Amino acid sequence: MAKQIKFSDEALALCNKLMKRYPEGKQKSAILPILHLAQAEFDGWLSAPVMDYVASILKIQPIEVYEVASFYSMFNLKPVGKCVIEVCRTGPCWLMGAEDLVKFIEKKLNVKEGQTTADGMFTLKTVECLASCGTAPMVQIGEIYHENLTFEKCSTILDDYKNKGEEISHYRKERIKNHSEIKQ
Amino acid sequence: MGRQLLINDLDKERIQSLAGYKAHGGYAALEKALKMKPEEIVEEVKKSGLRGRGGAGFPTGMKWSFIAKPPGVPRHLVCNADESEPGTFKDRFLMEKKPHILIEGMIISSFALGANVSYIYIRGEMMYVYHILEKAIQEAYDANLLGKNILGSGYDLDVYMHVGAGAYICGEETGLIESLEGKRGNPRIKPPFPAVKGVWDRPTVVNNVETIAAVVPIINMTGDEYAKIGIGKSTGTKLISASGHINKPGVYEIELGVPVEEFIYSDEYCGGIRNGKKMKAVVAGGSSVPILPTELILKTAKGEPRLMTYESLSDGGFITGTMLGSGGFIVMDEDTSVVKNLWNFTRFYHHESCGQCSPCREGTGWMEKVLHKFLDGHATMADIDLLWDIQGKIEGKTICPLGEAAAWPVAAAIRHFRSEFEEYVKNGKNMKDVKHYYRINNMQPA
Repeated sequence: MAKQIKFSDEALALCNKLMKRYPEGKQKSAILPILHLAQAEFDGWLSAPVMDYVASILKIQPIEVYEVASFYSMFNLKPVGKCVIEVCRTGPCWLMGAEDLVKFIEKKLNVKEGQTTADGMFTLKTVECLASCGTAPMVQIGEIYHENLTFEKCSTILDDYKNKGEEISHYRKERIKNHSEIKQ
Repeated sequence: MGRQLLINDLDKERIQSLAGYKAHGGYAALEKALKMKPEEIVEEVKKSGLRGRGGAGFPTGMKWSFIAKPPGVPRHLVCNADESEPGTFKDRFLMEKKPHILIEGMIISSFALGANVSYIYIRGEMMYVYHILEKAIQEAYDANLLGKNILGSGYDLDVYMHVGAGAYICGEETGLIESLEGKRGNPRIKPPFPAVKGVWDRPTVVNNVETIAAVVPIINMTGDEYAKIGIGKSTGTKLISASGHINKPGVYEIELGVPVEEFIYSDEYCGGIRNGKKMKAVVAGGSSVPILPTELILKTAKGEPRLMTYESLSDGGFITGTMLGSGGFIVMDEDTSVVKNLWNFTRFYHHESCGQCSPCREGTGWMEKVLHKFLDGHATMADIDLLWDIQGKIEGKTICPLGEAAAWPVAAAIRHFRSEFEEYVKNGKNMKDVKHYYRINNMQPA
């Protein structure tokens, strides 16, 4: 029996606040923020049932959610590890050694780019420019930018996440918490 | 160091907060603006000569004056904070360090345009900046700088944050509008322009973060005074994001007109090339603009020193010039492979093409594959001409400028570095051993 898909009360209240930011009848505009929330609530990725659920909240057709979710690179349409490592690979980061950084992480975690470690802890992704060119090379983990990396620094950061174990998915909850301070 | 109008006071305590920002003259421009007529604000911005800081450089005052005003239809201002042009990180810096200058600029600009609901579209990756701005907006509401009857002026404004989800194309204004409507970010055919039919078919102005922030000093010092900074039609200050093989990467605010040579080598700015290397090439305005070799970036073809202005950087057109663009200034040293760098950029455009127009959707992928042949040692001399041919068939044949953005770097790399392409062809697979890029610090690859 599959787990019932439903937002926490906190997330649901936030959904309603987000939808009110757009004019009457234009609630579909809230799709991107709500998909971010859904990803935070449901293990970091968007399954078809989750997308159907989002469609029901926005009162739109499921296909309208699928076509949006598949367009934007931040939405994971497959399961991911608890901790998603996003290495910037574009332009200036590449000039400063992003390609070597990816190889280093691949070797350290024993995964290839795009894969998840066997223990389900880390997923390694490469992404396009994260506007951190002056502090290249860098990786983003959750909401945090880790900048001016060396192999050593990167290694410490990854160990740190690994040691936190189960707690590392906390950043997703953080996202919901920070949102709910919005009063207007 | 020239005058700083945007990123001044960053060393001041709590400049990120409303109290700190106000203590250093923040929101004085808003109080002044609310006593003016909206048309007068537009007039000041026109006089200032301010040009769009996102990359296109279109005069902001003129853009504002195009907004349609049909009775009974709400108008919107949308701030484009979807900064994703490779090499550009100034908006993130500004929003993170001094969020209230953007909020103040949003209120003044919205008032000038007659908008009562405005949005800040920030890219999804910058979630931590989103939280900073949310907090700043909340502070502004609490101080009656937003909401109903702002500071007793009778003007109402709500500013909302809207978050993207990872798409370069949403930095294009109509792509951004589609995205704000909750759709895929496919750019629209213009006309109708957003000023007539924008978000939800309502008149809309989309402005870059830096453009909106620059309205604050313009109101403070008047448009005429602002226009005195800079050279010719390049007025005011500009944030430059400097990255690559330089000693001091970072965001610099320059008075437009600083010589490029001074910008690269002076200790006030980039501080020269790191590790004592020589400079090979510069991409002066974000990855989309033509790459120039050292001799052409420092001096124009006529031998005049090149300046950091819209006009000087584009002197010589695309044959010997480039563009100021978004101010994403990427410096490459003598060890850099221009071919591999071009492959990196082209892969980016292939990845980010929305797929609407065939020349861009197919062309970007095709160019990426051909460039891959060079790197893998399978390319022939005919492939250089093939690349030239493909880029020429993308440029000007697409709905939005992503096509040009993908084509220009290819054309410029071939134009200025053809011999390097030929070297790849002649040396075949041996080129694989060429050092393409920097190793991270002194560490060896894994």
